[in-house]
Amino acid sequence: MARILTMRKALSEAFRQVMEEDPTVIMMGEDIAGGMGAPGEQDAWGGDLGITKGLIGRFGPERVLDTPISETAYLGAAVGAATAGLRPIAELMFVDFMGVCFDPLLNQAAKFRYMFGGKTKTPLVVRTQIGAGFRAGAQHSQCLYPLFAHIPGLKCVIPSTAYDAKGLMIASVRDDDPVIFFEHKVLYDSVSDEVPERPYSIPLGEANIVAEGDDVTVVALGRMVHFARTAARQLAEERISCEIIDPRTISPLDEDTILESVANTGRLVVVDEAYPRCGFAADIASIVAEKAFRDLKAPIRKVTPPHTPVPFAPELEDAWLPSPEKIAAAVRESVKA
Amino acid sequence: MRNGCLAMQLSRDDLLKAYRLMRTIRVFEERVHDEFEAGRIPGFVHLYAGQEASAVGVCLNLTDADFIGGTHRGHGHAIAKGCEIGPMMLELFARKDGLCQGKGGSMHIADFDKGMMGANSIVGAAVPLAVGAALASKTLRRGSVAVPFCGDGGANQGGVLESLNLASVWKLPVVFAFEDNGYAETTASSWSIACKDIVNRAAAFGMPGVQVDGFDFFAVHEAASQAIVRARAGEGPTLLDIKTGRFYGHHEGDSQTYRGKDEVQRLRGDKDCLSIFRKKVMDAALLEKKQLDAIDGEVEGLIEDSVKAALRSPAPPPEALHQNVYVSY
Repeated sequence: MARILTMRKALSEAFRQVMEEDPTVIMMGEDIAGGMGAPGEQDAWGGDLGITKGLIGRFGPERVLDTPISETAYLGAAVGAATAGLRPIAELMFVDFMGVCFDPLLNQAAKFRYMFGGKTKTPLVVRTQIGAGFRAGAQHSQCLYPLFAHIPGLKCVIPSTAYDAKGLMIASVRDDDPVIFFEHKVLYDSVSDEVPERPYSIPLGEANIVAEGDDVTVVALGRMVHFARTAARQLAEERISCEIIDPRTISPLDEDTILESVANTGRLVVVDEAYPRCGFAADIASIVAEKAFRDLKAPIRKVTPPHTPVPFAPELEDAWLPSPEKIAAAVRESVKA
Repeated sequence: MRNGCLAMQLSRDDLLKAYRLMRTIRVFEERVHDEFEAGRIPGFVHLYAGQEASAVGVCLNLTDADFIGGTHRGHGHAIAKGCEIGPMMLELFARKDGLCQGKGGSMHIADFDKGMMGANSIVGAAVPLAVGAALASKTLRRGSVAVPFCGDGGANQGGVLESLNLASVWKLPVVFAFEDNGYAETTASSWSIACKDIVNRAAAFGMPGVQVDGFDFFAVHEAASQAIVRARAGEGPTLLDIKTGRFYGHHEGDSQTYRGKDEVQRLRGDKDCLSIFRKKVMDAALLEKKQLDAIDGEVEGLIEDSVKAALRSPAPPPEALHQNVYVSY
């Protein structure tokens, strides 16, 4: 019988399995166990949203390390430890906090293999929460992965399903390059799908064709994949067939799958929750415009938030986000053009 | 401030090695100064001359299994940790067979086989990295230690202060080697360090702090030795405040108008760690003048050969542009 797990459970299982298979894997972050030095319960939180609960009990405090609120020091230490024989998984609670600690990733981890002429590897995973939808306001709701994808040497993973989350996490931990793993906070419990119990890995740089279709190619990431699927169901009733592609990793990027799809459909809609300027949607649009211009039957459409911070009021946040309705409208415009 | 007595645990071989390393750094730097001025070395160069006793005093206590992190003024750290002179000079000249295949340069020279985690052109950035190397050592029970070098400028970086705290909280085998050479670029450390000295900060992070005369190899060696023994024994980190001075500017091309009149001349005259070392070992009849002079001659030859080799070596091939990174756009 199929085993259905939430993304939360799938990720927890991946952490347990990679730590069992490799004693050099350690985890660190703020409150990933919780209650350190406090008089009450230990492993009190298991991470801000409980994803890492139970790991300290199983693997001990030498492999599951709570940190002070010192992101520069512990991300830097994770990078240094990666060059010195460990495979750290470091948690940055929210990607928004990158503002206080970018250097270890931007100038250190990303550069080492190239800058030192291949003399070292940096097998590091930094996992971090992204995304709007929790009414968490401007400093806890951003996606920001384009900032990281802009930097050569960093790999960027954005899973949309429980199955992908587990397989991509295992691949990320086994990878010898620094990987930034972006977990959409809304998806932890809202997404469940079939997840094999055995450890498995999904190669970084292979897109997933979520749904096959002939009229329009829709490229989407993370939570937007689910919005695209909702839109596609509505559009199917209107006899518009969408091919939904989830790149899953934006660095490396599986350009071929996108270009092949556009060669078939002749139409492209890119959906993204990150800010629009110099972002992922713009990047995909430029690649297709440059490499598949003659395949296009209509202008490329982008569905993104406006270029504003994320607002707090629920009405405004909902209006800020892309939606299935906005995606469907863009697809219809593309088909009409 | 701790002054070094003649460390009696040092063998004659150790003393010769210390002198050779310090002299090698000095001659390397003086030559790089000339080669840069002649336009043969590209990029930015920051010279370590004057501070040799610091890197060598610390690193003579370490093995290849121990880690150090360097600064932008990193040639001395690399040489003291055992990086080979030939490949280092090739790297500075941006040659194919450089230590980092010509893709790092002066500010990013690394040799992980020697435990040299890299010179680092981001001020203070090596400190958290070295804390991580110490974490790896503790987790894997290797018994090795990590020494991040950091200048007085880096001492004011937030990540460095966080790292002092984190290393204490995690009780890691780290020795923080702060090299206070008096200036962060042009800014005096007497102005930028709000407490009297960097050493005063140790107590705030729950670790011992020792201030040493960084022109005296023996003082640095002894203080570092005790701190490293303590770290290896699992007793946690120590802060060393090494008071030193540089013979050149912040970078090559610095007019140094911020420095006092005759300041560099006085440093070279009264605070030359090589002269101080020679006097001490000869006065104590531990080494003879001719042994030291012989080393001077050998080092001159080594540096001369390394420059000659660099001048006739090829640049990295075009395909190196795309190598050692995951995508090739």
